[in-house]
Amino acid sequence: MAESRVNAEKYFFENVYKLSILCCSFAMFSSKRNVNFNLFPVPDKNMLLFRKIVKSALSLIVILLLSNFSAAAAPDGKAIFQSNCASCHNPLKDATGPHLQGVDGRVPSKEWIHNWVHNSAGVIASGDKYANDLFNKWGKTAMTAFPNLSNEEIDAVVTYVNSVKAPVAVAATAGAETKEEGNDWLYPLITIGLLALAVILWRVNQGLRRVVAAKEGQPIMKSIPFYRNKIVVALFAIVLFIGAGFFIVNGGINMGRQQNYKPEQPIFYSHAVHAGINQINCLYCHAGAEKSRQAMIPSSNICMNCHKGISEYTGATDHPLVNEEGKKIDGTAEIKKLYDYAGWDPTKKEYRRDAQGNILATPIKWTKIHNLPDHVYFNHSQHVAVGKVQCQQCHGPIQDMDEVYQFSPLSMGWCVNCHRQTNVQFENNNYYSIFQKYHEELKSGKRTGVTVEELGGAECQKCHY
Amino acid sequence: MSQKKYWKGLEELNETADHQESVANEFKEDLPFDISGGLLEANTPRRDFLKFLGFSTAAAMLAASCEMPVRKAIPYAIKPEDIVPGVPNFYASSFVDGGDYCAVIVKTRDGRPIKVDGNPKSTITNGSSSARVQASVLNLYDKTRLRFPMADGKEAPTFEAIDRTVKEGLAGNTKQVYLLTSTIISPTTKEVIAKFLAKYPTAKHVTYDAISYSGMLLANQESYGKASLPSYHFDKAKTIFSLDADFLGTWLSPIEFAGQYSKGRKVSAKNLTMSRHYQVEPTHTISGAAADLRATCRPSELGAVAIALYGLVTNGTQPSFSNKHLNELLSKAAEDLKKGNGLVVCGSNDKNIQLLVNAINDKIGAVGTTINWAITSNYKQGIDAEMQTLVADMNAGKVGAIFMQDVNPVYDYCESEKFVAGLKQVTLSVSFADRMDETAQQSKIVAPDSHWLESWGDAEPKTGYYSFIQPTIAPLFKTRSFSESLLKWTGETTTYQDFWHQYWMTKLGGQANFDKALQEGIIEPANIAVSGASFTGNVSGAIAAIQQAPKGAPIELVLYPTISIGHGGAWSNNPWLQEMPDPITKATWDNYICMSPKTAKEKFDSELTSITEVVADKKQATIKWKNKELTLPIVVVPGMHNDVVAVAFGYGRDKGVGRAAASGVDKDGKSIGGKNAYPFVSFNTVAQTFSYNNSEITIEKTNSTHEVAITQTHHSYEGRPIIHEYTLEEFSKDPEVLLKERYAEIGHYTTKPWEHHEAPKEGFDPNMDEKFREEGTLYPNYDKEPRNEGIHWGMSIDLNTCTGCAACVIACQAENNISVVGKTHVLKAHEMHWLRIDRYFSGNPNDPDSVQTVFQPMMCQHCDNAPCENVCPVNATSHSNEGLNQMTYNRCIGTKYCANNCPYKVRHFNWMDWNGADCFDDNLYEDDRRDDMNDDLTRMVLNPDVTVRSRGVMEKCSFCVQRLQAAKLDAKKDGNPLKDGAARTACQQACASNSIKFGNANDPESEIYKIRHSEDKERMFYVLEQLHVLPNVNYLAKIRNTDKVIAGDKKEDLMMNQSKLIS
Repeated sequence: MAESRVNAEKYFFENVYKLSILCCSFAMFSSKRNVNFNLFPVPDKNMLLFRKIVKSALSLIVILLLSNFSAAAAPDGKAIFQSNCASCHNPLKDATGPHLQGVDGRVPSKEWIHNWVHNSAGVIASGDKYANDLFNKWGKTAMTAFPNLSNEEIDAVVTYVNSVKAPVAVAATAGAETKEEGNDWLYPLITIGLLALAVILWRVNQGLRRVVAAKEGQPIMKSIPFYRNKIVVALFAIVLFIGAGFFIVNGGINMGRQQNYKPEQPIFYSHAVHAGINQINCLYCHAGAEKSRQAMIPSSNICMNCHKGISEYTGATDHPLVNEEGKKIDGTAEIKKLYDYAGWDPTKKEYRRDAQGNILATPIKWTKIHNLPDHVYFNHSQHVAVGKVQCQQCHGPIQDMDEVYQFSPLSMGWCVNCHRQTNVQFENNNYYSIFQKYHEELKSGKRTGVTVEELGGAECQKCHY
Repeated sequence: MSQKKYWKGLEELNETADHQESVANEFKEDLPFDISGGLLEANTPRRDFLKFLGFSTAAAMLAASCEMPVRKAIPYAIKPEDIVPGVPNFYASSFVDGGDYCAVIVKTRDGRPIKVDGNPKSTITNGSSSARVQASVLNLYDKTRLRFPMADGKEAPTFEAIDRTVKEGLAGNTKQVYLLTSTIISPTTKEVIAKFLAKYPTAKHVTYDAISYSGMLLANQESYGKASLPSYHFDKAKTIFSLDADFLGTWLSPIEFAGQYSKGRKVSAKNLTMSRHYQVEPTHTISGAAADLRATCRPSELGAVAIALYGLVTNGTQPSFSNKHLNELLSKAAEDLKKGNGLVVCGSNDKNIQLLVNAINDKIGAVGTTINWAITSNYKQGIDAEMQTLVADMNAGKVGAIFMQDVNPVYDYCESEKFVAGLKQVTLSVSFADRMDETAQQSKIVAPDSHWLESWGDAEPKTGYYSFIQPTIAPLFKTRSFSESLLKWTGETTTYQDFWHQYWMTKLGGQANFDKALQEGIIEPANIAVSGASFTGNVSGAIAAIQQAPKGAPIELVLYPTISIGHGGAWSNNPWLQEMPDPITKATWDNYICMSPKTAKEKFDSELTSITEVVADKKQATIKWKNKELTLPIVVVPGMHNDVVAVAFGYGRDKGVGRAAASGVDKDGKSIGGKNAYPFVSFNTVAQTFSYNNSEITIEKTNSTHEVAITQTHHSYEGRPIIHEYTLEEFSKDPEVLLKERYAEIGHYTTKPWEHHEAPKEGFDPNMDEKFREEGTLYPNYDKEPRNEGIHWGMSIDLNTCTGCAACVIACQAENNISVVGKTHVLKAHEMHWLRIDRYFSGNPNDPDSVQTVFQPMMCQHCDNAPCENVCPVNATSHSNEGLNQMTYNRCIGTKYCANNCPYKVRHFNWMDWNGADCFDDNLYEDDRRDDMNDDLTRMVLNPDVTVRSRGVMEKCSFCVQRLQAAKLDAKKDGNPLKDGAARTACQQACASNSIKFGNANDPESEIYKIRHSEDKERMFYVLEQLHVLPNVNYLAKIRNTDKVIAGDKKEDLMMNQSKLIS
C-alpha cells in the first residue's frame, strides 16, 4: 500500500517536472515564432508531443490514483499475507508451503481454513483426512499456528491471494515506463539543432555585413579573432572558474559517498525474486531492523528455513536473472552456492556435520553496500519500529532489484532533510506525552504535526557521539 | 564558611611562582613556534607556513580522495539464538579477586564482554562497584596473558601432556604436597580441593593473602573461638571509630562498607542526623578524608591508641599522648562510643591490637548490633604462620610438590629469596598464573587459569550468601580453570562445569531454581540473622604484649595497597588503573614515598621539588632496612604524620607481568614502574603475623630526582570558591545558610539590569534560581521554551557522601573509550579522563591533624549558557534541547578555544593519535608502557556505541549520551514515557556511596527534581554559579559532624606565606 503510494507520488512529481520543462520550452518557442520563425516546423511537432505527454501523464496519474484506491479495498489481506504467510507461501507457486491461489476451492470448507490456520496441528490430530493428506504430502512439516488471526483476517488473505495476477503485468508496466522516458533524446537534439542554427545565422549575418561594408566602400577592419577578445577571455575565465569550482566543490562533497554503488556479490541473490515476486516480508530475514541498530544480514540457517525445500529456480521464464554485465545467471546454481556455504547436502537432504555434531557452515562474505562513516550512529530500530519508516524510503524499490545498489546518497544533508520534513508518530506513542505544549497545539489545530527536527532530531548528538 | 580557604596543593596555598605561571598558561608546553625575533626570523616563517599549508591540503586531498575501500559484511553462518547483532546482552556473574568480591552484571556486545557493573540484586554490594571491578574487563584482553600451558619454560603441546607430567609427579611423590592459594570463597572449588587433599594424603592446603588479615582472624579465634571475620554494619553505626582502617578505600570489603557508610551520612535540612566518624591513622587515606574528626599517630603507637581507647571506655583513664589533639579526639570518641551503636574497626595486622579492638567493641555493645557474628564474612582466610611453615618446609627439602593458585610469593612474600631458594628444591612446582609473572617464571609447570569472565564458578562471600560466576565469552586462549585442572589431577572424569552444575542442582533442588539463581546471579537468605558472640579474649595479656613492642625509629614506614592497583597481581599491568590518579596524592604510573610537608622541607631539602605538585621532578630519598634499600621520589602529602613515610605495594614488577607493569629503565635511561615495597614487610614473631608497618628503617636524602606525574594542579580555577562546607552544628542552627550565601552572591542579578534595585538584603529569595537564569544576562533567553518541554537532563553530586574512590573515573573510561596517554603525557597535563576527582585540602599543612580533605568529582557541567559553545568557530560544540552540551568530533578542527573558555577546565584535547583512529599511517603515538592498549586484542574492550576519537579534536563528558539515547529508544519502543532511573550514566552506576544522581530535571517525579526543589535544596549549589553559565550539574554541600572546625576557618590558621610554612 504505502509502497504504491510512494511510487504514485514519484510518478506524479516526475511528470510535473517534465511538464514544467516542456511548458518553458514551449513558451520560448512560441514567443520566437511570433517574431520571425514562422516556418520553423519544430514547434508544432513539439506542441503535439507536448499534448500527447500531458494527456498520457494525466491519464497515468488518474490510473495510479485509481489503482491506489482499488488497492485500498483489500488492505488487510495483503499486509497480513506479507507479514505472516509470505515467508513460506506464494500465491501462485508452491514454496515451503503450497501456493495459495484458489485455496478456498481446494479445501473442504471455509471453516476448515480458519481451523487450520488457527491450529493446524489440532486439525491433523483430529484425524481430518484432507489435513493428513496435506501433511504427508508436504514432508510432514506442520504449518505454524496463527491463533491471533481472526476469521475475517483469514478471509481477507484468501481474497487477496485470489486477486494476485501473474507478474507479467509488472513487466508490462515496466515497459510502459521505459517508453515514456524514451522521449528524452529529443531535448538535447533540439538544443544542438538550435545552437547550430544560431551559429549559422551569426556567420551569415557577419558575411552579409562584410558584403555590405565592401559594397559601401568602408575599410574592412581586420577583426580580432573572437577568442582573443578581452571580454570573451574574461567571460571564459569566469565561467571556467565557476564551473571548475562547482565541480571541485561538488566532487569534494561527494567524496566517500557511494550512491548507486552496486558491487558484485558472492551469491547472485535477487531481492526482486524474494521480496518482489515471492512477497517475503523484509523483516523475516532482516529481523534486526526492528530490534537493533543493525538490520542484520541473515545467517545462512535463516535462508535454509525455506531453501531446504526450494532447491531450484523455476522462475527463469517469467523473470530471467541477468547481472549488470548482461550475463545470464542460473538461479539454481546460485542456490547450490548457498548449500555449500550452509553445509547442506541437497541429495541426502541433511546438514553435513563434524565429529561434534556442529554444522559445517561457513559465513558468506557479502560486500557491504551501505557504508556510513564511523562517526555516525544510525539505528534501524529507531526508524523502523518507532518512526514506522518503510524500508523503501531509504533503500529504494528494493523489491524490484535483482542486484542491490545504494539508492540513497546517505549524505548528512539527505538525513537532515528527512528529519526536517517527517512528522514523528506523536499521537500513537505515549512516550511523547511529556511534550504537553505540542499536544495542546495539535489539539487546537495550531499545528498538524511535530517534525523530528522540532524534537531535536537535527541536533549533532542525535547521530554523532 | 566562605572564608575557609581550600588549596589543591601547597604551591597554590603559597602562591609560588611556578604555580602562578602554570595557572597563567592554559596549555602546559610552549607551542612549537618560536616568534621571539619577529615573524620573519621565526623558526617557522611565513613561507614555511605556506609550504606546510600547501602540503597539508595536498596530503588531505590525497588521503581523502583514495578510493573507498571495499568493505565486507559477514553475517553469522549459524546465528546463536540469543544474540542480536548490535543489541547488548547482560549476564549476572561475580567478580572475585582473592577474597575481594563484587556481584556484577557483565555487558556483552556481539559476544564479547565490554563493561562490568554492579548487580543491583545483591544486598552486599548493592549494584555498585569499584575501580578495580570496572577495570577487570581490561584484564581479560591483556595481551600478556599466557596463550598456552608451559612446561620448563617452553610451550607445552597440550593440557594432556601437562596432566601426565603432574599425575606422574604426584604418583611417585612421598614428600609433603602443598596447595598454596589466596583466599578461596568458592564452595565448589573448596569441594574440589577437599577431593584433591583426600586423594593425596600428604597434601596440605595453605591460604596466603598478599595483604593479610591474619591478625584479625587470630584475634577472633581468641576472642570468640572462630577464626573468621564477622559482618559489619556501618549503616547502623552512630559512631564509627577507625584505627588506621581505610574501610572506604582498601580495607576488607570497601564497596560494601562505602554503601553502608553513605546511608548514615545522608543529611538534609529535614533530617539533621548523621553518623560521626573518627579516624586515627599515620598516613592520609580516603577514610581519613571523609572523617569528621581525624588525628594522626605513629604506626608504632597504634597499639597504644587502642589501649588508651580501651582505658577510656572501661574506666575513663585519660590518655596522655604528646599529641594533645589525639588525646582530645580519643576522649570525645569514647564518650560517643559509650552512647551505643558504636563501631570500632582497625586496619592493623597485629593480633594483640585486634584483640583489644574486639574488647572495646564488646564493651561498647557493638557486637550484635553493628557487628554481626550470625553471618560471617569469608573475604580473607590466610593464616600467616602457615606460610612461614611452608617456606621453612621447602627449604628443609620436605616438599615434593607445590601448586600455586592466584598467589605470587616470589613478588609479594617478604622474604622472596628464601621462597625462591625453597622452590628450587621442590621437584614439581605448578603455577596457575595467567601470565609469566615472578612466580610462574620460577615454576616448572604453568597451567594458566582462565579469566573469571571465561569460566564457570561460584562464591560465598558471606555465610549463606551465594553468588554465581558464568562465562560471558569462550576462553580466548588455551587456558583451563584452576578447579578443572585440580579435578583432572585428582583423577576425576567429570569436568568442573558438570561437577559445579551437579552441586548446585542438588543444593537448589531442581532446574527452575537453578535457572533463576543463575539468571539473577545471587542467592541470599530471606531473613538476615543478627547475633553477637561472647568475648573471651585475654585483654591484659594483649596489653602486655603491645607494651613490650619496641619503640619506633625516628621515622617509621607504612606500606599500603593503593585503591587502584591494590596488592599487585595482574592489576599492575592494567593501563587504566596505572593512569588512575591516586585519590589523595593524584599521582599516576609510579609509586613514591609519601611524606608530610614539614618533614620534606626540614629534613629532605625538597621545598623546591617535592613540596609542590607543579614541579614534576621530585627529590628522591633512600629507605634502608637490614640489607635492603629502596630509592623513590618524595611526594608531599599534607595530613601525614610528620614522622611517617608511606610506600605503596604493587609496583616494581617484572617485565613478564606486562608492559604497563614492568619496572626498570626505559630507553631514555629513566627509571620506570616504581619499586617493590614488599621486602620491607616483616614477620612479627610475637603476634605471628606479617607487619605492614616497619618501625626499624632509616631514611636518607639523595641528590637525585625522579619525575612523578601528578594531575591535581593541571586544571586550575585560580582560587575561585568552588566548595561549600559546613559543620553539622552550623547547618543545624541555620539550614538556610547556603541559600543565604548564594543569594548574597547572585541576588544582585535577579532583577532586570536597568530596573531600580538595591543590594541584596539578608535572607534569600526562594525563586532566585529562576530569576537569576532570566535576568542575570543582557542577552535574550532563547532556550526558555524547550527547557520546560520534554527532557532536560540534570545531575546532582553529593560531596558529603563522595569518598573519592575513583570508581566513577574508571567506569567513565570503560564506557566512553577514553584513551590512556601514558606517563610522559600526563606530565604534560594531557590526560584524557572526562571525569576527574579534584582533591582540596584545608587547614595548616604543618599540623597534620588540622588538615581536612574534600573530594569533588568534576566533569562537563553541561551549562545551558555554555561559554565553550559561543567561541567555537565551526559550531562543533552546541546545545541540545535536552540540555546537553554536545561535542561533535567530526566537526572539530582543534582550535582549543572552547577549552580556553571553559571555567571548569573539563575539556580535553587529543594531542596525539592515542589509538589509531586517524586515517593517516604511522601517526600512532607510542611510549611503550601504554601501547598494549592499541593491540587488536585489547581493542576488543572498546564500546562500539562510542566513537574512538582521533588526533586534533576536543572531547569531554557527554553525560553518556549513548546510554540516554538507548534508554529513550527503549521507552519509545514500549510506548511509555521515560521512567526515572531508566537512563543512568556510567559514573552514577559505579558509585558505591550513591552520591551521583541523574535524571530528567523537568519531571517533578524524578529524584533530581526532588533534590533540587524539595529534599536537598538547602545543600544544593552550582559551582561558579555567579558566572551565569547555568550548569546542569549541581553539588550538595559537605557537612562535617563536628561541633567545631578543627582548623582552617580562620585566616591566621592558614599558611599564607613561605615563612610561616617553614616555621
